[in-house]
Amino acid sequence: MLRGPGATDVALTVNGEHLTVRAAPRRTVLDTLRETLGLTGTKKVCDEGTCGACTVLVDGGPVYSCMTLAVACEGKSIETIEGIAKDGELHPVQRAFIDADAFQCGFCTPGQIMSIVALLRENASPTEDDVRRAVAGNLCRCGAYPNIVKAGVSAGKRQK
Amino acid sequence: MPRVVRSREEFEGEIFESLVLVEGKDLPVHPAGTEFNEIAKSRRRIDGQQRVTGRAKYTQDVYLPGMLHVRVLRSPYPRARVRRIDTKKAEKLAGVRDVLHRFNAPKAAFRGEETIFREEVRFVGDEVAAVAADDEQSAVEALRMIEVDYELLPHVVDLEEAIGDVAPRLETDGNVAEAATHKRGDAKRGLKEADFVIDATYRTSTQLHNSLETHGAVASWDGEQLTVYESTQHAFGVRQGLRTALKLPFSKIRVLCDYMGGGFGSKGGVGKYSIIASMFSMRLGRPVRCVLTREEENLAAGNRSATLQQLRIGGKAGRITALEHTSWANVGQGKWVANPTGPTNTLYDIANLSSKSYKVVTNAGSLSAFRAPGYVEGTFALESAIDELADKMGVDPLALRRKHAASPKDPMVGKRYSDKHLIECYRIGAAEIGWQRRRSGGIRGSAPHRRRGIGMATQIWGGGGGPPAYATVHVNPDGTVVLTTGSQDIGTGTRTILAQICADELGVELDDVQVRLGDTDNPYGPISAGSLTTASVGPAVRIAARDAKEQLLGAAAGVLETPKAELRLEAGVVVTKGARTPLSEILGRVDNNTVIGKGGRHPNDPELSLRTFGAHFAEVEVDVRTGEITVEHVVAVHDIGRIINPMTARSQVEGGVLQALGFALSEERFLDRATGRVMNANLENYKVPTVKDVPAKITVKFVDRPDRRANNLGAKGLGEPPIIPTAAAIANAVANATGARVRHAPLTRARVLEALAIAEAKS
Repeated sequence: MLRGPGATDVALTVNGEHLTVRAAPRRTVLDTLRETLGLTGTKKVCDEGTCGACTVLVDGGPVYSCMTLAVACEGKSIETIEGIAKDGELHPVQRAFIDADAFQCGFCTPGQIMSIVALLRENASPTEDDVRRAVAGNLCRCGAYPNIVKAGVSAGKRQK
Repeated sequence: MPRVVRSREEFEGEIFESLVLVEGKDLPVHPAGTEFNEIAKSRRRIDGQQRVTGRAKYTQDVYLPGMLHVRVLRSPYPRARVRRIDTKKAEKLAGVRDVLHRFNAPKAAFRGEETIFREEVRFVGDEVAAVAADDEQSAVEALRMIEVDYELLPHVVDLEEAIGDVAPRLETDGNVAEAATHKRGDAKRGLKEADFVIDATYRTSTQLHNSLETHGAVASWDGEQLTVYESTQHAFGVRQGLRTALKLPFSKIRVLCDYMGGGFGSKGGVGKYSIIASMFSMRLGRPVRCVLTREEENLAAGNRSATLQQLRIGGKAGRITALEHTSWANVGQGKWVANPTGPTNTLYDIANLSSKSYKVVTNAGSLSAFRAPGYVEGTFALESAIDELADKMGVDPLALRRKHAASPKDPMVGKRYSDKHLIECYRIGAAEIGWQRRRSGGIRGSAPHRRRGIGMATQIWGGGGGPPAYATVHVNPDGTVVLTTGSQDIGTGTRTILAQICADELGVELDDVQVRLGDTDNPYGPISAGSLTTASVGPAVRIAARDAKEQLLGAAAGVLETPKAELRLEAGVVVTKGARTPLSEILGRVDNNTVIGKGGRHPNDPELSLRTFGAHFAEVEVDVRTGEITVEHVVAVHDIGRIINPMTARSQVEGGVLQALGFALSEERFLDRATGRVMNANLENYKVPTVKDVPAKITVKFVDRPDRRANNLGAKGLGEPPIIPTAAAIANAVANATGARVRHAPLTRARVLEALAIAEAKS
């Protein structure tokens, strides 16, 4: 579909909800989530694809939402940190992060969790190395990595 | 009645004396054998659910109706005079509401200067102008349309160049200023009498904080009151800075910091961004957001100074006879300097010692405190030098340290330590790493081209905390509790440990305690820095909880018609000899009420020196073909008094070790000398450790004995200790493995290869 140069309507599914947003062609999924939809759980840390804090799932796969344009997601399903708890029950990865103390300041946490949620859909019993690979693109400045890896492995066990 | 007492506290290596307001009597430390309900137990973070669901609101998540967005024009030159600024084109752009710069901004005092926008910009990234617009993109576009006439001036960004004779003089007194000095005994004579002397130069590179939440603020002026949301380690400090800059009374400023995405020392006070946001908000009557980009964060939000350090250390008969340490630190345009000679002055009882610390100004971004400022840099040099001396003397480096580490007295100030278990840290660490396996010259690694070695280093730091710190405990009629303090939770788990201390003292369930912090409408809370929160705010919370408990038991005595002395409060239940009555039932029987307990931190004993101690041991493998270091195992042992929450304490140590790993191996700001520009102002080229860089094993151990003379909890701080000795332990392990001494952190592959070549040439 031909787009721009101004804002156009983009149909998206965000956390299961079908909606239409106005977005200029250059607008990222990250800014759309945070500023248009008020979903501020997804964090902006570098805004240039180098830290992973803005990781969301697009059609099930993890992407850096700061490097993904909203218009490129027409008709696609986006899942964010706000959407993975179901019926008031935390997602097993969220639960595992709390139990393993897998965060300190928590600013990278939504991105870390989304990367592991994506991993678990592909691989229900990840090893420590599998988790490391999954979050290799997610920086944590507090150094919670050892606990993040533990949380990823235990979330796999807990899902069964 | 509150009364004024004199207090003496240590903060990041400096001693401060002040008058503080205290009330009542301090509580005694818990008797030995006390069975705690919450203290000393591993508890999940009470704010974990908020953080893992994305509901936690950080400063960057504050979007207010009608909010404008600010972007800052920053100097592309390291030193220039701003002669003229033309904003006409920028102002005409749709969406642009206002532009501020040196010719139109109101005066605003900031760190000893009178303005936010300098006439002479002094580093690449210095603020030149700011644009407020309806959206960020319009502000960015407007920046490009501002025309600035710069008169370029000679600059210097490099530390060693700035010390030299040919560099431009940036201050009338020159670029180098003496900042600290210490002398005891006669170092010159001690060196002369030594049988072995090491005379070596060490360097550490500039480390950038790169907190994941960049610095930023949202300011909202409603005509009467200024509310500022700021990502800060000190809400009250921000309020003070805003008062100074904007000349508003405290009553009209409220600073809020609910969740905070990391600071590591760099968010200690008001930033120019918050003053700029506030100015715009007061001019335009709309909320204004000014949040730095990642690049700005790397240019203008502080750093750990690069240092040049010279050490001379002498040994004789298995002991250290003398030590001389001189340090120069690149502070950029900073007004202060962290002291790398702090550990030298205080760690070992060495009779003959002389140290000097110099501050060097350059046209680089200013330093700001970075987790154990000075001590990380200084410990790298000191602990490397001690290993070099031990090698030369042919003695075990741990044995050499032991001879100087047992003293119960602070060698610098001459006062007794409140408590000290450094030798115990050595014992635990040596056992965990298997120190007896260490061989002079290292051992074979997992392949013929890989060498393996073990090293260690010692940590000293403050962390004793002190006044002022206040808290209130409100008990609701249903028995639930709201604990209020002005402190912040910067990711260290402050909310959780304060709730534990409160629940434990009060006798209620942890789940019934809510903690409200990061708000200048709360009782004063100190800066979350200097590893002081647990030891400063914790004791105040305990007193507030005790105060509330006494009142609750008084109320229960009236309701139950039982003498107060026969009542206890346990897990939210008032227990008498024959009956158990929930607190909610007792409070429910009287009309609506709020029981309010108050507490303040009492002063430290001025005759004692409060310190934390520790030791890190590292086992590494070095690929002698590539110079790559693999850290296999780090053992971190710390003596910080009583541990309030073993789980979060352990996390904090692992985090400190990993941040230290960046300092030790990969993190380094690159400045182009010719242009003064930061060449790696991003997370692609500035190498923060990733999950793949984590050592195969990190062992965390605590001595975990309450420091009974420190405060009513017997607890000291842990924020900074775990980042201090890791780099030196790694450098010492590398030297043990290969015989190559790398005297510049980070120990990059190039530096390792160079040191290997030097070692080979010598052998």
